[in-house]
Amino acid sequence: MSDKTAPALPKRQDWVSPWSSRLLRSAGFRFGVIYAALFSVSSVALAGFLWWSTAGLLQRQVADELLSDGDALLSIYFEGGLPGVVAAMKDRIAGNVDDDSLYILADPDLNVLAGNLNGWPAEWPMDQEWGVLRVQRSGLPVQMQVRAFQLPGGLHAMIGRDIALRQHIGRLMQAALLWAALIAVLLGFVGAYAVRGLFRSTIADVSATAMAIGAGDLSRRVTVYGQDDEFDLLATTINDMLDHIGTLMEGVKQVSNAIAHDLRTPIARARTRLEDAALHATTKDELEGAVERAIADLDGIVAVFQALLRISEIEAGARRSKFADVDVSELLMEMAELYDAVAEERGITLFTDIGEHIKLFGDRDMLQQAVANLLDNALKFSPQGGRIGIRLSHSGGQVLIEITDSGPGIPAEERARATERFFRGETSRSTPGSGLGLALVLAVARLHGGDIVLDDAAPGLRASLIVPVKTPAVIAANVSPTAIG
Amino acid sequence: MRILVVEDDKDVANFVVKGLREAGHVVEHADNGRDGLFLGATENFDAIVLDRMLPGGVDGLRILETLRAQNNHTPALFLSAMAQVDDRVKGLKAGGDDYMTKPFAFAELLARVEALTRRGKSDVPVTKLVVADLEMDLLSRSVKRAGQKIDLQPREFRLLEFLMRHSGQVVTRTMLLEGVWDYHFDPQTNVIDVHVSRLRQKVDKPFPQPLIHTVRNAGYMLHLEEP
Repeated sequence: MSDKTAPALPKRQDWVSPWSSRLLRSAGFRFGVIYAALFSVSSVALAGFLWWSTAGLLQRQVADELLSDGDALLSIYFEGGLPGVVAAMKDRIAGNVDDDSLYILADPDLNVLAGNLNGWPAEWPMDQEWGVLRVQRSGLPVQMQVRAFQLPGGLHAMIGRDIALRQHIGRLMQAALLWAALIAVLLGFVGAYAVRGLFRSTIADVSATAMAIGAGDLSRRVTVYGQDDEFDLLATTINDMLDHIGTLMEGVKQVSNAIAHDLRTPIARARTRLEDAALHATTKDELEGAVERAIADLDGIVAVFQALLRISEIEAGARRSKFADVDVSELLMEMAELYDAVAEERGITLFTDIGEHIKLFGDRDMLQQAVANLLDNALKFSPQGGRIGIRLSHSGGQVLIEITDSGPGIPAEERARATERFFRGETSRSTPGSGLGLALVLAVARLHGGDIVLDDAAPGLRASLIVPVKTPAVIAANVSPTAIG
Repeated sequence: MRILVVEDDKDVANFVVKGLREAGHVVEHADNGRDGLFLGATENFDAIVLDRMLPGGVDGLRILETLRAQNNHTPALFLSAMAQVDDRVKGLKAGGDDYMTKPFAFAELLARVEALTRRGKSDVPVTKLVVADLEMDLLSRSVKRAGQKIDLQPREFRLLEFLMRHSGQVVTRTMLLEGVWDYHFDPQTNVIDVHVSRLRQKVDKPFPQPLIHTVRNAGYMLHLEEP
């Protein structure tokens, strides 16, 4: 039979009434039921223990007594023979004022020789030693725990004790157990309803928020009641997540806007060049020149796309697979060496103040890229004869990388936006660049659980990359175990 | 050199094949994974240029993994639009010797393919590099030109070593950044040009014949130009 012709399985709603089905699907109710079940199991365990330690103890006592009494009768037989045992039994029966004991002595043909029972109980199997026997006592049925044994010469003896007390306790325990189970179930149901209500009221807010966000209102947040309990923790976590999603959405919006505006210009330029060359170029050189410039324009666009992709790759946290211990001191020395030659060529002095042996846990390539972007910026904006400083210090579990330049700096009102994608400050409009450099630095800083701070170096800009030595736990949790050095 | 190009995009394939042939290489082309694997497994090549996403049920990674499993160590370069860091790592793990992302400049591709075959040959440890009258002793880490000692900083030494190991081949700025500095990013500043120009000051300037040449739109080449 093919899958298509197979009869559809009945859905839950088909065979469970809506009310009970809803109740069963309530997590709160399920918690309550589990709670009731646990409660019942523990009461049964408790009752079992009580039974063992009271009724069980009584039973063991009776058994001990019957054993020692029987052994005593046996030794009396060895000392005084049959008359001795008969006398001892009669003594015992006479001394038993409560009438709760049983004694019978019978000959091999089961004729009673002595005892307080009319005849040898016919229903007693011959070879059974222990058991419970029903007898009539003063016209009342009584249960006895008995022990039957043989004396030499084929004599049969049976002794027993009334076990009414034990049975009484047993009945008490049974009743108590039944009641306990009933109460447990009742309490369980009440508890289930209570827990379900509690769940509903606290989850209602979360679910209302989620619904609002699903409907498009990204500004909604879960209420935090400030009680610092598990529900507040949940609310805070959800809100943090929503903030992150909001930032990402904002980024997507920004990028699509930027692609619409900022990339249109170079694409239009390349297109114009090519069309112009196709229509007006008269020599091969002119044509080649136009094509080459168009290729350069396209390369620029590709570079912007690559930077954009890299930023979103970093923001998605995918780059943490390469996290390892990085010697930042060494990294900065090497970068300084790479850029020193360029600075010198442009008449700019590069100063370094790099603390030794400073390490952090991070992605070496990404940190290099971030520092390179900051140095590229510093070189781009520093005038001839200017100074660029690279400082590295370490305090309170944080690594601080500072790059200062003696350029025009970024006006205070533009600093907050300087790390946005495609943002070009008023002073930098005329310089080449994509407006993605600082956005990438910020993404790298965040990848490491750090941040970037821009302030006035008077004159110039101070860009401080602050990165914790140990990646925060939330971020470290994302580091894949199959890290590639 | 005999080069296998496995690439399904017609325009890219034509461009690469034409360019490699113009550079004097013999090129075989496969436009799907199955043919690519068949050619790679049955014929001898000096290098393979491999796309990652291919029709025919066998992608570039599989081709290379299969070849490597058959103990075929032909140098291979991935040429792929998959540009994420993880993609790159995957490519290199599968046995790739180099990884380039599309779009690409042909000069860069040619330089890297030619560098690949050079890499394959250096099985025996070299202790001395010689190009024209320039000599580099890798053991004593000293450089001489026309018998005259040249003092180089450690980084300059490695830069020159890289150029000499690839003498007669175009070496791009990215290759230098990766090979000499082990950096994997594109600086916005002409850092490499400045370092090469400093090296020129020491290696070429005092001598009549320049050895380090700039190749337009590509990079650098160290060789003695025929007069």
